[in-house]
Amino acid sequence: MSRIAHWIRANLFSSWPSALATLAVLWLAWQLVPPFVDWALISAVWRAPDARACREAHGACWAFIGEKHRFILFGTYPFEQHWRPALATALLIFLWGYSSLKRSWNWWLPGIWAAGLALIAVLMWGGVFGLAYVENERWGGLILTLILATFGIALAFPLSILLALGRRSELPVVRAASIAYIELIRGVPLISVLFMASVMLPLFLPAGVTIDKLLRAQLALILFAAAYLAEVVRGGLQAIPHHQYEAAEALGLSYWTRTLHVILPQALRFSIPPLVNTFIGLFKDTSLVLIIGLFDLLTTVKVSLQEPAWSGLGVEAYLFVSAVYFAFCYAMSRYSQGLEHDAPARALKGS
Amino acid sequence: MKRDWLYQAGLLAAAGLVLWFFVSNTIHNLETRRIASGFGFLWREAGFEIGETGAIAYGAADSYLRALGVGLWNTLRIATIGVVFATLLGTVIGLARLSPNWLLAKLAAAYVEVIRNVPLLVQLFFWYAIISENLPGPRDALQPLPGIFLSNRGIVFPTPWSTPELSGFNFIGGASLSPEFAALLVGLVTYTAAFIGEIVRAGVLSVGRGQVDAAYSIGLARRGALRFVVLPQALRLIVPPLTSQYLNLAKNSSLAVAIGYPDLVSIANTTMNQTGQAIEGIAIIMAVYLTISLSISAFMNWYNRRVALKGARQ
Repeated sequence: MSRIAHWIRANLFSSWPSALATLAVLWLAWQLVPPFVDWALISAVWRAPDARACREAHGACWAFIGEKHRFILFGTYPFEQHWRPALATALLIFLWGYSSLKRSWNWWLPGIWAAGLALIAVLMWGGVFGLAYVENERWGGLILTLILATFGIALAFPLSILLALGRRSELPVVRAASIAYIELIRGVPLISVLFMASVMLPLFLPAGVTIDKLLRAQLALILFAAAYLAEVVRGGLQAIPHHQYEAAEALGLSYWTRTLHVILPQALRFSIPPLVNTFIGLFKDTSLVLIIGLFDLLTTVKVSLQEPAWSGLGVEAYLFVSAVYFAFCYAMSRYSQGLEHDAPARALKGS
Repeated sequence: MKRDWLYQAGLLAAAGLVLWFFVSNTIHNLETRRIASGFGFLWREAGFEIGETGAIAYGAADSYLRALGVGLWNTLRIATIGVVFATLLGTVIGLARLSPNWLLAKLAAAYVEVIRNVPLLVQLFFWYAIISENLPGPRDALQPLPGIFLSNRGIVFPTPWSTPELSGFNFIGGASLSPEFAALLVGLVTYTAAFIGEIVRAGVLSVGRGQVDAAYSIGLARRGALRFVVLPQALRLIVPPLTSQYLNLAKNSSLAVAIGYPDLVSIANTTMNQTGQAIEGIAIIMAVYLTISLSISAFMNWYNRRVALKGARQ
């Protein structure tokens, strides 16, 4: 008992300002937590045929989520085929989970990803093995968010390595072009790049050639993420001690051999934690495709709210979608923090 | 060396070829769609109303140029006010995380984790839903402090020369923030503050314990140690990442288009939809944001040089 008392004294009431802060926080909690628990749990409506039961109650209307969860998670994908995006979502999450294990970091990994993504493409599009064809205008919900983020980071990565190398290149034209690209993209909001892809890109192409909306948004996300990732990779390149460059040069290795076999393997290892952070950023940023009318997770929620029978439930809906985004981003950020924790030890061991 | 130049010339030629392909297609497409290119449309009548016009007098009969000016004003307004409040809240959060008080430190840490892991756009929608759907009407407005009214019409607060009063269905007098502006401001400030808090925390932590002990040992009090020893050293580490947070806030203010605050992107979007001048509209958006980004960078670089070590290599 005295240990608890001692802890409380040391951590909550160590000084007058500290004691006041503790009391202020407790008072605030007393004011806010009971009403919130009452709203979110005790008075909440969990099941209701329509919003009328919700309007009579004082609590949250979780029945809305129950009623609309299929549309929120899968968008306008044909209802009886929902198992396909569900399976694809599970597969994609499994791929990410598997890739996060250090013992999976070997040459099998790209192959496993290629197979996994091919399987997801078959599941989502169909048209083979007796699966009905579903055009990608009907894809929506969580799987669309995951696909945009996954392909965004995967395809931006090689581009970003080229940009980062270009920015540190000794060739003036290459360096100037890389700097211009990186700084231009980083200087403007993502929404302007998305507008560009959705409105301007069709003008750039010859008459008759069209790219669908999903692909255009995906292209914008890739081009956008590449600029930010390039800076992450550049940080990794700068973290390598200079004698590594000199030693490789002294061996008489050519630029590409030096880069591919000496510099990049080390630099990319340094870049993994900030790379995960960039991925979290991109994952959150995919929600902006709402503005150009793609049916991602946030759009399906917003569309559900537009139904007159369920209007006025924005707080419940956005809390729910926040929880989904939080689950993904928090898991990734914990993972990145764990890696950062390990990084110095591994660097010292020279592995 | 010769190969290097050949390589670069090849790169330039390839880039030129791609550019020529895009430009020629665009010219052809614009011709077939009968869209005149150029910025002549800026002087035509806009024909739409804007909810908040700020310091610029504007009506539907005014030109697109003037409408875009209103949008620019609104962008600068939200960005400036947002940066000030985000810095204040972020500093409080960062210092709270370092507090010896366990409850305060954990609360700040939880705040940072929750805010950073939810998309800003979701948070903006959330705040907008709270204000427009869940706050009472002006007649039953909440009054957290005397003279400040929260209602589904936004926030009304007193100024030194006038106090708000309820008259009929709305308030007169005082100053007010529209629901859109209030949601955008709250969203941007709380979001950016979480990131600034982490920067402040890292900056303060970077100043070694030995520095603080040394400051005490030469007879400085706690205030003096903070003012003359900790702060100058912490600022040197804080300023560069703080700059990128300010830039992020300015760029993120473009999400205003999703909740209907008439910022530059929102007005340019309306303009593009009405006139079909997509290229010009996007060029204007990009040019303005690049200018804002470069100005903030330039100012913060100047400030960074001021707080940097004298004679240190930059």
